[in-house]
Amino acid sequence: MHITIKYFGQIAEVTQIREESFKFSGNLVSELLDALHLKYKDLKNKDFKVAQNQELVSGDVKLTGDDIALLPPFAGG
Amino acid sequence: MTDRYNRHIILSEIGQGGQDKISSAKVLVIGAGGLGCPILQYLTAAGVGTIGIVDFDIVTVSNLQRQVLFGTSSLGKNKAEAAKQRLEDLNNDISILAYAEKLTHKNAITLFNQYDIIVDGSDNFETRYLVNDACIITNKPLVFGAIYKFEGQVSVFNYKNGPSYRCLFPNPPVKGSIPNCSEIGVLGVLPGIIGTMQANEVLKIILELGTTLSGKLLCYNALTLQNSILKINKSEETIQSVLKNKDNFHKTEADSNCDVDIKPVSIEDFISEKSIQYIDVREHHEQPKVERLDITYIPLSVLEASLDKINTTKKKALFCQSGMRSKHAVKLLQELDIQNCFSIKEGALEIKNILSIRPDRSKNKRKE
Repeated sequence: MHITIKYFGQIAEVTQIREESFKFSGNLVSELLDALHLKYKDLKNKDFKVAQNQELVSGDVKLTGDDIALLPPFAGG
Repeated sequence: MTDRYNRHIILSEIGQGGQDKISSAKVLVIGAGGLGCPILQYLTAAGVGTIGIVDFDIVTVSNLQRQVLFGTSSLGKNKAEAAKQRLEDLNNDISILAYAEKLTHKNAITLFNQYDIIVDGSDNFETRYLVNDACIITNKPLVFGAIYKFEGQVSVFNYKNGPSYRCLFPNPPVKGSIPNCSEIGVLGVLPGIIGTMQANEVLKIILELGTTLSGKLLCYNALTLQNSILKINKSEETIQSVLKNKDNFHKTEADSNCDVDIKPVSIEDFISEKSIQYIDVREHHEQPKVERLDITYIPLSVLEASLDKINTTKKKALFCQSGMRSKHAVKLLQELDIQNCFSIKEGALEIKNILSIRPDRSKNKRKE
């Protein structure tokens, strides 16, 4: 299936893109992350959380949504 | 008094009753920087009865691009004090307290207990996690805001049994992995937008109006104007682990693992060396002056504009009154790619005392 993936903050700097349609056929959010780590090697040094259909989830959750966001923490003020 | 808040009072959703709630509210704002300035400005204008401001930092010229409470007359002043001065002119009906100190595990609990709502406008993870944990322990709602270049995050934590910041990001990221504004830059208007959203959340909590961002993280992008609101789930386990540490909280050492830090060195390491440029980064009026050393005077507030006074070939030893501003100065110089800068941990008085019990090298040299 095609999943829309949105990248925020520093993650978008790694991927060089803010949003993409990603073809993927796995079952878990963690499997999708593995695929993204393969595509973007520099992701491995980054802290981020994953949101599936606008809800923050952990990696072991079943991939049910077609809208994924990768969200890093910000410290600036 | 009624005239001042008339535009609030004539709103049927607020009325005199709502304005009275605002007047009796006590709000503590952590950081009077990019976020803190608009937060403080709107809360003061709205008539929040008691406002506390915590900031140990001083105003420098590069702050003026976004920290809208300050002007050139604020340069070199403590931010909490300078903000208080400006805000008292904006509204003298309310009580404004400036805490010109660093928020620490030691002082946070006592301070937070004196307020109803805590607003985080800090600029580093160390403080953000400290604020979050202290809010859990004192059971205070936390209005959170953070920025990165053109993007911002806003949320309300620890409110009406909702999630905390640790439910979203359990632990601080690895040291230095996420740069802050001074390292990477920020669009000046962005903290204005995000800080104003934080002020809005504060007023909604006080007035019990509308829907707050509790359990939700708002992500804003100033370039695309995209707004995403993501749901955050509460982790009871995470919150309990903070509460478990409640009794030892004040003894916790700051977790320097999550902030870029400058390691200070002692003046003793420099005295025997030749070819050192000593830089006093205090304001010109500050005493005591250090004698016996050849000193270049460059106040931190004008450091960026005085780079021509810095000797690029020598080692540079910076000092101030307590060792805090010199750290900031070294950090600033490093960001400007000026190498070989060191922050002396002793303050001016201490340096003076150390030098006074040593033979005066400069005089001996002249005799030779």
